[in-house]
Amino acid sequence: MRDLVRVKMPGLTGSPFQRILSYMVNYNERLDRTFAALVDPTRRAILARLEREDSASISALAQPFAIKLPAVMKHLDVLDDAGLITRSKVGRTVTVRLRPEPMREAMDWLRRYERFWSKSLDRLAAYAENKEAEARKKRR
Amino acid sequence: MTSLTLVRRIKARPSIVFDALTTPEGIASWWGPDDGPVLMAETDPQVGGRFRVRFRMLDGSEHESSGEYLEVVKPERLSMSWRWTGGAEDPGESLVEIRLRAVAEGTELTFTHSRLHDEETRRSHEEGWTGALDKLERHFLGVERSSR
Repeated sequence: MRDLVRVKMPGLTGSPFQRILSYMVNYNERLDRTFAALVDPTRRAILARLEREDSASISALAQPFAIKLPAVMKHLDVLDDAGLITRSKVGRTVTVRLRPEPMREAMDWLRRYERFWSKSLDRLAAYAENKEAEARKKRR
Repeated sequence: MTSLTLVRRIKARPSIVFDALTTPEGIASWWGPDDGPVLMAETDPQVGGRFRVRFRMLDGSEHESSGEYLEVVKPERLSMSWRWTGGAEDPGESLVEIRLRAVAEGTELTFTHSRLHDEETRRSHEEGWTGALDKLERHFLGVERSSR
């Protein structure tokens, strides 16, 4: 499924609207993963901590939780799959960092969609204001 | 929940705005991302009724969306499910909610388009992960600002 989605990545061809559609597909896939990752309170706590501290070692991340290191590793795998963190190893220490790109994509999508609806609602307002003017003329 | 909200003040009474939102004639005059024509608009504005709108963009491409009316309270509230129909790309169902409030100059329209996700996501929403999401957004905004 992910490969299929990648094929649909918006390119330079196609209408702007098709690009919006392609983007929505990608966005949904990714956002589902993001949301699934965020379901778990331990994972949320890990992200909140990375948000505060910028980076942390795995053992430091595991410390506040009453769970074993392998369980923490599993949570980190889920966050990694969702693209919400990165892990880098120096010597024997693995450093975990927050990766904000999934949210960036969500916000890009919102910006594109805002343009779409803004245009529609501007025309809606113009249409309704004409109708209002007509209704007032009739009443006179 | 990720959603888009737009607010417009319109110099027309709520009932006129409501008709513009729900009649085929009204929809044909405003629906779409550019000035291309609406080719077909069908509406049945009652709970459980459906709408279907097809439009052509200035670049010649045609697109269709449809959905079901979930809430119809004239002239105050309108909610509908929303999805792209036809074509291979179907990103799933989303939710459009429109609120109309009478104000001195006419109507204040609040438009919200929000994403619907699977059960698990909705449950997690109820559990209150939005705080974590908000933090992520703040983090991202900080990163974006500092990278400029």
